[in-house]
Amino acid sequence: MAEGSKKRAEVIDPDEDSPNMIVYRKIEDIVTRIQDEKAGGVAIRTVKSFLSKIPSVASGADIVQWLMKNLSIEDPAEAIHLGSLIAAHGYIFPIYDHVLMLKDDGTLYRFQSPYFWPSNCWEPENTDYAIYLCKRTMQNKARLELADYEAENLARLQRAFARKWEFIFMQAEAQVKIDRKKDKAERKILDSQERAFWDVHRPVPGCVNTTEMDIRKCRREKNPHRVKKSVYGLPDDNHSQPNPIHMSSQPARKPTKEDVQKEITFLNIQLDRHCLKVSKVADSLMGYTEQFMDYDPFVSPTEPSNPWVSDDSSFWDLEASRDPSQQRVKKWGFSLEEALKDTAGREQFLRFLESEFSSENLRFWLAVQDLKRRPLQEVASRAQEIWQEFLAEGAPSSINLDSHSYERTSHNLKDPGRYSFEDAQEHIFTLMKSDSYARFLRSNVYQDLLFARKKGKSLTGKRLTGLMQSS
Amino acid sequence: MCDQTFVAATFGPCESCDKASPLMNIYIKTEAINYCSFCVEKMACQGLQAGESLASLKRESESLKKKLDEERNKLNDVELNKVAEKVEVLSALAIKTRRVLKGHNNKVLNMDWCKDKRRMVSSSQEHGVSLPCTWVMACAYAPSGCAVACGGLDNRCSVFPLSMDPNENLAAKRKAVAMHTNYVSGCTFTNSDMQLLTSSGDGTCALWDVESGQLLQSFHGHTADVLSLDLAPSETGNTFVSGGCDKKANVWDMRSGQNIQSFESHQSDINCVKYYPSGDAFASASDDGTCRFYDLRADREVAVYEKDSVIFGASSVDFSLSGRLLFAGYNDYTINVWDVLKGSRVAALFGHENRISRVRVSPDGTALCSASWDNTLRVWA
Repeated sequence: MAEGSKKRAEVIDPDEDSPNMIVYRKIEDIVTRIQDEKAGGVAIRTVKSFLSKIPSVASGADIVQWLMKNLSIEDPAEAIHLGSLIAAHGYIFPIYDHVLMLKDDGTLYRFQSPYFWPSNCWEPENTDYAIYLCKRTMQNKARLELADYEAENLARLQRAFARKWEFIFMQAEAQVKIDRKKDKAERKILDSQERAFWDVHRPVPGCVNTTEMDIRKCRREKNPHRVKKSVYGLPDDNHSQPNPIHMSSQPARKPTKEDVQKEITFLNIQLDRHCLKVSKVADSLMGYTEQFMDYDPFVSPTEPSNPWVSDDSSFWDLEASRDPSQQRVKKWGFSLEEALKDTAGREQFLRFLESEFSSENLRFWLAVQDLKRRPLQEVASRAQEIWQEFLAEGAPSSINLDSHSYERTSHNLKDPGRYSFEDAQEHIFTLMKSDSYARFLRSNVYQDLLFARKKGKSLTGKRLTGLMQSS
Repeated sequence: MCDQTFVAATFGPCESCDKASPLMNIYIKTEAINYCSFCVEKMACQGLQAGESLASLKRESESLKKKLDEERNKLNDVELNKVAEKVEVLSALAIKTRRVLKGHNNKVLNMDWCKDKRRMVSSSQEHGVSLPCTWVMACAYAPSGCAVACGGLDNRCSVFPLSMDPNENLAAKRKAVAMHTNYVSGCTFTNSDMQLLTSSGDGTCALWDVESGQLLQSFHGHTADVLSLDLAPSETGNTFVSGGCDKKANVWDMRSGQNIQSFESHQSDINCVKYYPSGDAFASASDDGTCRFYDLRADREVAVYEKDSVIFGASSVDFSLSGRLLFAGYNDYTINVWDVLKGSRVAALFGHENRISRVRVSPDGTALCSASWDNTLRVWA
C-alpha cells in the first residue's frame, strides 16, 4: 500500500483539479514547509560575500537534506532529482545561474515569490520579455548583464518589434524608475526572482521548457481562453496571437434523467454480481505470479542469456525453433489457454487429438477464433462454412453440442455474425479442458517432451554412449 | 403558486384550455403566454414534478451507490500487501539502459512492440508516418507485423502497410479507418489485422472493421476524454478496459458495447490502463501521482502504488511477464518499478531528460521500452 504517506485532504476544489494544478499545489506545499524555519525548515540567511551581502538564501545541501528527511527519500540522487524538478518549475533557483537545477553542495538558492508561481497561469508575451531584457541593459550592474543567449534573444526581438521598439524602450525605462525606488536588499531579491521567472518561461537553450503542456489536457486548464496578463501591467493589445490550438471544449453536461436511470440500472447489475473476497483474489494473484516467475526475464535469469544484455540472440533463436525447450513445454501444462497460446503447444495438442480421432473439437475452436478475425464482409459466408463443416446434419467433422447450445447457435446462424458461435465455442472449450487436455498431459508424447526423453538426448543415453566409446 | 387574486389585464380564451376567463399575461423565457390562472398553476405543478423526478432518481442512485460500497466492503477482509508478506522478497534488480534510440526530432508520444519482440513502432509530435497533423498520439503494431495503425489530432486512426522497400511511398497506401469527433488517444488491433479498437477525446471508444472502415461497435459511458485502453489478454476474451479524464476506469464487453464494470478511486485523469497478464486484474496510472491495481473478481481497488517523493503524474504503466513487477513512467522523467504484490518500490530508473510518455514491456518480457519527450526511446533490461 502507501509507503510512508500521510492521508492527504480529499477536498479538491473543482477549479483546481486540472492535472498541472495538482502538481503545483504539491510543490507549493513542499516549498512552504521548507521555508518554515520554526517547523523544521531550512536556514534562510543573509550571507556575507566579498563586499556585499546576499539576502535570503539557503544552501543546496540543506535543501537536499530537508527533502530526504521530510519526504522519506533514502537516495540523495533522488532528492537532487526532485529538487531539480522543483527548480525547473521555478519554485527555487540558484542565485548565480540561469540553469534551474539543484546541487548538493554550498550553492546558494532563493525561493520564488508566490506572485511568479506557475499556478498563476502565466503565459508572458514576447513584448514583456523584450521589456525585461531591455531594462536590464539600462542598468549598470554586473549582476544584471545579459548572458549570450539573452543578448541573442534581445537582438531577435529588436528586429521583430522594430516598429514598436520606442514603446518598449519607454516601458523599460518606466520599470527601471519604479525599481530604483525600492530598497537595495529588496531589489536584489526581486531582480533575482524576476530573472528566475524568465528562466522558466524563456529557458536557457538546451534546458527543458517545463511550461510545455500535454496537448490533450490543454483545454481544461484554469485559463482555457488564455487571457494573457502582462508581467509589467501592459494592457492586452489586440494584436496578440489567437490560440492556434482550437480544440472544441466539451461543455460539462448536466446529467439528464436518462443518464441517472442508466446509472441506476448499472448499479443494480453491480449489486447482483457475485464477487470474491480480497483474500481469495490475493491468493489467486500470488499463485499466478509465482507460477510464471520462472518465465519472467526481469525476475529470473533467462537460459541462455537475455539478448538485450549480452547481445547474443541465441535465446530468440531457441524460441523460434521447432524444438520447444522443457521449460516451454512445462508452461503448456499450466492451463489449456497457455497450451493454445503457444503455436508449438497448439500443434502438439492437435496432433495428439488426431491420434485419438477427436480433433474436430479443437479444429472447431480454431475455426471460430479465425472467424472473429475476419474482415466484416467475409464473416457471414465463413460462418456458414463452419456450420456446414462442424454442426450441420451429416457434417464431416461433427462436434458434440448439447441441445440447448445447438438450438441457440442454429438460431444465431439466421443472421450470421462474428459472435454467432460464442456459446458453442465456450462449451467445446470446457469439454476439451476437462477431457482431452487432461489426457494430453498424461500422454507419452507430452511426457516425453516434458522430460526431454528423445532418443540420444537423455542423460542416460549420453552416459551409455560415453561408456561405449571409452571402453 | 396559490390561487391569489390578481389584476387581470386581459379577458379572453385561455391559450391552454380555451375557456374564456381572466388571463394572466406572463413570459416564459421570452415567450408571452396568456393562460387562465388554473392552467398557469397546472403548468407550474408539472414543472415541479419533472424536477422532482430527477431529484428522486438521483437520491435512488446515491442510496444504491452507498449500498454497493457497503456490500463490497464486506469482502474487503484483508489487504493484498498483507497477504503478500509471506512472498519472498525480490532480489535487487539490475536494470540498465541497453539502447538509446534517437530517430525523432521531437517529443516521442507513443510506441508499440512488434510480436517478433525486436521491432518497434513509435510516434511523435512531428510526423509519425507522414500524417498531416502534428501530434500523433496513438500507434500500434498489427499482429502480423505487416502494418501499423496511428492517429491523433486529425481525429482519425489510419492503417499503413509496412514494406522493406525504402522507396515505397507508404503514405499513399494509407487507409483511414477510424473517425472520431475529437483526437484519437489510443489504438490497438484486436488479435488480428482486421479489427481496430480506438479511444478518443470525444469520450468514446470504438471498434472498427479495417477493410471497410465500418464502425462495428461503439462504447459510451465515459463523461470526459478517454485517454487509454487495453485489450484483455485472454485468447477467448471479449473485453477491454479504458481510462479517462473522468477519473474512471471502465471494463467493456466488445460484443454488446455494454459497460460491465467501473472503477473510480483516482483523484485525477487516468492516463493509462493495462491488464495484469492473467486478465483478472488491471493497473492504472494517473495525474494524481499514483498507480493503482484493481481486481475484477473482487470488483475493487486492491493496491495503491505511491510515495511522498513521487509527486508528478504517472503517464504509463506495464507489467512484467509474470505480473510481479509494474513499470510506471512519470512526468518527472523517471520510471519507478513497483512490486505489485507487496506494494513497495523496488527500483527507480533514471536517464530520460524529459517526461516519459509511454512504457512497454516486450512481448517475450525480455526488455522494457520507454518513450519520452526528450525525443528518444530507451530499451532497458
